[in-house]
Amino acid sequence: MRGCLVLENGQKFYGQLLMDEPAVGEVVFNTGMTGYEETFTDPSYAGQIITMTYPLIGNYGTLKDIQQADRPYAAGFILSELCDRPSNWQNEGTLASFIMTHRIPCLYGVDTRAITRAIRSHGVMKGVIVPEHMADADVQSLLATPLETLLVKQVTPKSVRKMGDGRFHVAVMDFGAKANILKSLVKNDCRLTVFPAYTKAEEVLAVNPDGIFLSNGPGDPQDLPEVIAEVKKLIGKKPIFGICLGHQLLGLSVGAKSRKLAFGHRGANHPVKDVKTGRVYITSQNHGYVIDEATLPSDAIVTHVNLHDNTLEGFAYPKYNFFCVQYHPEASPGPTDNLYLFEQFVSMMEGK
Amino acid sequence: MTEGIKKVLVIGSGPIIIGQAAEFDYAGTQACRALKEEGLEVVLINSNPATIMTDEDIADRVYVEPISLDYVTEVIEKERPDGLLATLGGQVGLNMAVELAKAGVLEKYNVQLLGTHLSAIQEAEDRELFKKAMNDINQPVPESDIFEDVQSAMDFADKIGYPIIVRPAYTLGGTGGGIAHDDDELFMIATRGIKLSPINQILVERSVAGWKEIEYEVMRDKADNCIIVCNMENIDPVGIHTGDSIVVAPSQTLNDLQYQMLRTASLAIIRRLKIEGGCNVQYALDPNSNQYYVIEVNPRVSRSSALASKATGYPIAKVAAKVATGLTLDQITNAVTGKTTACFEPTLDYCVVKFPRWPFEKFALADRTLGTQMKATGEVMSLDRCFEGALLKAVRSLEIGVNYLSLKKLESKSLIEIAELLQKQDDERIFVVTQALRLGISAEKIHYITGYDMWFLKKIKNIVDLEENLRRNNLTAENVQLAKRYSMPDAVIAGFTNKTEEQVRQFRERLNIRPTFKMVDTCAAEFEAATPYYYSCYATEDEVKPLGSKSVIVLGSGPIRIGQGIEFDYCSVHSAWALRHAGMNSIIVNNNPETVSTDFDTSDSLYFEPLTVEDVMAVVEKEKPVGVICQFGGQTAINLAAPLAKRGVTVLGTSVDGMDRAEDRERFDELLSKLNIPRPDGRIATSDKEAMSVSKELEFPLIVRPSYVLGGRAMEIVYTEKELERYLREAVIASPDHPILIDEYMVGREVEVDAISDGKDVFIPGIMEQVERAGVHSGDSIAVYPPQHLDDALIDQIVDYTTRITLELQVKGAVNIQFVVSRGKLYIIEVNPRSSRTVPFLSKVTHVPMVELATRIALGETLAGMGYPNGLMPPKPHVAAKAPVFSFSKIGLAEIALGPEMKSTGEVMGIGKTYSEALYKAVNGAKMKIPAGGTILVTVADRDKEEALQLARGFQELGYHVIATAGTGKYFAEQGFPVDVVKKIHEGGQNIATLIRNGKIDLVVNTLTFGKHPERDGFNLRRMAVELAVPCLTSLDTAREVLRVFANKGKGQGYHHVAALQDYDQD
Repeated sequence: MRGCLVLENGQKFYGQLLMDEPAVGEVVFNTGMTGYEETFTDPSYAGQIITMTYPLIGNYGTLKDIQQADRPYAAGFILSELCDRPSNWQNEGTLASFIMTHRIPCLYGVDTRAITRAIRSHGVMKGVIVPEHMADADVQSLLATPLETLLVKQVTPKSVRKMGDGRFHVAVMDFGAKANILKSLVKNDCRLTVFPAYTKAEEVLAVNPDGIFLSNGPGDPQDLPEVIAEVKKLIGKKPIFGICLGHQLLGLSVGAKSRKLAFGHRGANHPVKDVKTGRVYITSQNHGYVIDEATLPSDAIVTHVNLHDNTLEGFAYPKYNFFCVQYHPEASPGPTDNLYLFEQFVSMMEGK
Repeated sequence: MTEGIKKVLVIGSGPIIIGQAAEFDYAGTQACRALKEEGLEVVLINSNPATIMTDEDIADRVYVEPISLDYVTEVIEKERPDGLLATLGGQVGLNMAVELAKAGVLEKYNVQLLGTHLSAIQEAEDRELFKKAMNDINQPVPESDIFEDVQSAMDFADKIGYPIIVRPAYTLGGTGGGIAHDDDELFMIATRGIKLSPINQILVERSVAGWKEIEYEVMRDKADNCIIVCNMENIDPVGIHTGDSIVVAPSQTLNDLQYQMLRTASLAIIRRLKIEGGCNVQYALDPNSNQYYVIEVNPRVSRSSALASKATGYPIAKVAAKVATGLTLDQITNAVTGKTTACFEPTLDYCVVKFPRWPFEKFALADRTLGTQMKATGEVMSLDRCFEGALLKAVRSLEIGVNYLSLKKLESKSLIEIAELLQKQDDERIFVVTQALRLGISAEKIHYITGYDMWFLKKIKNIVDLEENLRRNNLTAENVQLAKRYSMPDAVIAGFTNKTEEQVRQFRERLNIRPTFKMVDTCAAEFEAATPYYYSCYATEDEVKPLGSKSVIVLGSGPIRIGQGIEFDYCSVHSAWALRHAGMNSIIVNNNPETVSTDFDTSDSLYFEPLTVEDVMAVVEKEKPVGVICQFGGQTAINLAAPLAKRGVTVLGTSVDGMDRAEDRERFDELLSKLNIPRPDGRIATSDKEAMSVSKELEFPLIVRPSYVLGGRAMEIVYTEKELERYLREAVIASPDHPILIDEYMVGREVEVDAISDGKDVFIPGIMEQVERAGVHSGDSIAVYPPQHLDDALIDQIVDYTTRITLELQVKGAVNIQFVVSRGKLYIIEVNPRSSRTVPFLSKVTHVPMVELATRIALGETLAGMGYPNGLMPPKPHVAAKAPVFSFSKIGLAEIALGPEMKSTGEVMGIGKTYSEALYKAVNGAKMKIPAGGTILVTVADRDKEEALQLARGFQELGYHVIATAGTGKYFAEQGFPVDVVKKIHEGGQNIATLIRNGKIDLVVNTLTFGKHPERDGFNLRRMAVELAVPCLTSLDTAREVLRVFANKGKGQGYHHVAALQDYDQD
């Protein structure tokens, strides 16, 4: 069935629909050449329509083991070519059947580069995936649907759970954590108590963890004032490590400001400079908001900067014994150059 | 930047040979420019004149001298560079650096090796050190050991079992390597490998043939920043050299775990080796698990890095050169975006296919089997949004007589025959695979036999299914849309639907199915790119901003092949530059990833496209240029002139009619009669009988060839009627559709002229004379400028003929004319209405910017207006010789005897004050490896015996020990020159074969004979000489000049006076 993507600004892009359900969401693009399945199951994409810039998607099928959550939370997928005959010894099924199982609207056979260029020049926009012949009024009313802002609520677990049996007890605030973040912590000799996003600070501190981890998650950090209030209470109590949304929440908690990027950073090739050593690391990224470096308190230390646009990628606050990064050291997908940050967190908990 | 470095020596890669081609001109040119950008003074040494890098404005001092220890040392002594950059000149440059270091030259003159350190080079290149390094960082390498004798290798094989792979140390493109399946094969391959390795060392290892072959291009700087530029997946699994494999970028069948596993390994490896610059890592990945082995690391830029640069837009060589000067990746700008830095990983939003171009059409009897020894001379690259499109574009870019994934000769084959052919690993395998799918053989079965991943087979099956769809449903909007998305040419669609190409075109244009162009930008459109580098696809959005009314398209020359090499790329590049100088916008269309012409910096717009009429027309319709220049892209571009003109495109320069008059035999004959200029008498025959009868009207020897040459054994010289009969019987079938051309073969001196004309005046920068007599292809001859054996009257006549022909053809630009002087009389052999192979050479030695003049004339300027006179330019006071370089050792069973069919893959130039000096340098630069003494075997045809005698005497006087086979020896004895006589191969016992094998013969002089035994014997002798690296001269003229070089050298003439081209300018 023919379908199309209609952007807020009126641009239309035609292709094939995998199913006839419509989708509405913020249209973003991801430039990774591998790792579509990890991307599609990353809870931080909740509410977004993901355009993959690499045109051949689904080549190696799907593999449950690499999924980052129990299901995709994205609003829709836009692909150029959807491979119906994947090949890889680890393949467990086609991407199409995965998408259909989870009933995520998917438009394929589209000129994804054209969409990317549109987003690049206009910034991210709201968009809808609809059947080609949907009446214009219906398309417009769909486009007018307000986007969900409390996305963390959709993706955070309902109850506390435990993982691993390592030496260090880490309390994880799960705002939609990618599976490999938790795995990476466990691999680094941690045992985790994973809390839902809206858990009170007292409750977290009650388990007397060696450290606290603030996870990634979807949406605008400014939409989470209740969470920020709790994070403020955690700061200074225990060593803290934050990734992505966790990083942004730490920033807001210490008084910095966040802002929205024109079209975000989503991919596996972004260079990040470690300010202290001058070394550059290639990172996996997925964020639409950043903490404005200029608004950081003067005693916070900028540790990482994006080499492309000089935006803040990480900072540390020695006074409060925490550090955080905007990018994804856990990779999945993407380069594994930054796993050392988990070791750094462990060292911190060891008091080194 | 590294302190104290002000002047840098760059070592080029020398002549083009299989395994080391134009990619190093691209790399070297980028490197020289990058160094100059950093304010460094650049000294370059490279023996190959057909390169952009040896242009005087690329480096401050350009030495076109042999790349050998003595010459390079002398350049260092003279120039006193502070630094040496050796990682951009291929294996030649790398080996030279190692040699210089070992000889203490670098230390003596205090030259710092820039970029990658010597220890890193040795660790990557020396198998034992490499293995140890990999063990240190837990990177798995296949079980292997290094041997310097055959017996130990055999013992090792007994221990670990077959199949076993043999790789000689420090050789190019895996020369001399191979896979052995049993003791006999191992004995042969190991013997040859030890001999060919400069350090007499081979690596013997467990074969992982059949695994996925994956490559990563990695960069590292001194601050330990590392990035991956690109990864690539070979469609042909491990077992076929990556240079002979069809390759896709990025990898298609690896999931992120596998991609990152190998990426992480690549970073660990480059860090362990401490490489500063670029490096290539090759892996074997088990298709059924995540087990892998590191196969090889190249600690330098390579063919793969050139491919990766073009595939991604990331200029590896340029960045590597800057890193070598001490910059870190984040200090270098990304030239494509102009905003971001070189410290990131390119991401692609298209699929790239590289397809090798093999030279088998020149070597009909050669072994076409592909293995660990590279055989391709060149390659094409294509980009598209889908794999099917990229593959089909690549196939028609090859210029192998097909425009589609289908070979005529396979169409008639039965299912069983095709199934059998599937077992063969040769240059036609992907065609056989496609045919097998057409015949209904399952992808699973083909996968089992060939090891092609199912993903690729399913994609090819998509193409085959589309064929069926077109046949069954005729033209529909859906199937035509799909066909164009797969980049199927209109003509091919027409074939499946019984339409004409024009009907298909109209059909799709009515439906608005038209090509769109997308940009290659390193970042999948995430950032705005400043570089107009495009490929076509059938998508919805087109990104091209046409360059406007002042643009001109220059057609490139496609893949490097024997007969059409880097010289034509040199010309295309200069034409693009000339357009820029003339205030025009240049647009290059080409498909060769190795070259300077496809560097996005070269032109104002680059279209990476097949050079076919449909593909070029798409660019023309998009850009609407003033016109198209066809005279610099070799025969590829010339062949497009007429069809483009027919579609209303303005062909700039010489008119299509003028070209046709030069190329059409009958019209050419008319032209010569009109001008009263003689050519060798000739006839056309449409049957064997007619051929025999017309031969009676001509004087033997005759040169015979099919009028329509497409592969196969083409041209030959026959000396008797009997030989003509044999030729007609074995080589060609004459018919009215395929007549054969029979011309008198003029034994004499060949002369070649390149001229520039504006239709009014004719300017001749120089005349070149060939050492080898006519009959040896001009591309395989040693050419000398200025001529040494022509008197003034003859030169006047050459100028007169050149001028009259050129004006009659109304040449507007370059023209190349070949003459033969036989018994004092001058004849025309052929006229090429285009820029020729000798243009770079002649431009360099005469300092005439020939391509620029020709381009500006094509734009309407005149010679007089540009300050160039009519007639021949007075010769320069220096002499230059251009010598051919062959790659015979790479192609098993190829006939090496020189003849009318070109066989050389590259060339070198020697330049000096005297003819002898130039020749000595040329022979040295060509690495003919002629020993200064030892045993010389002479075995020649009867007609050559008299001449050979004089030669043999000369060699003996120089102290050589002359031996001969029975016939030759008997003649020598009769003439009072007794020599030791040895048995021929078929005579058995202790014969020339055993002597060569035991290293008792140092030089062979052998000429071609016909007839039963001697023919095979001669062939076997020549092949054996090649395999065992014993120099073998098959032209007495070459032998005579070699003798002269040594004789003069014996008389105390020193030839070691290196001088930069800039010094010769003073002349």
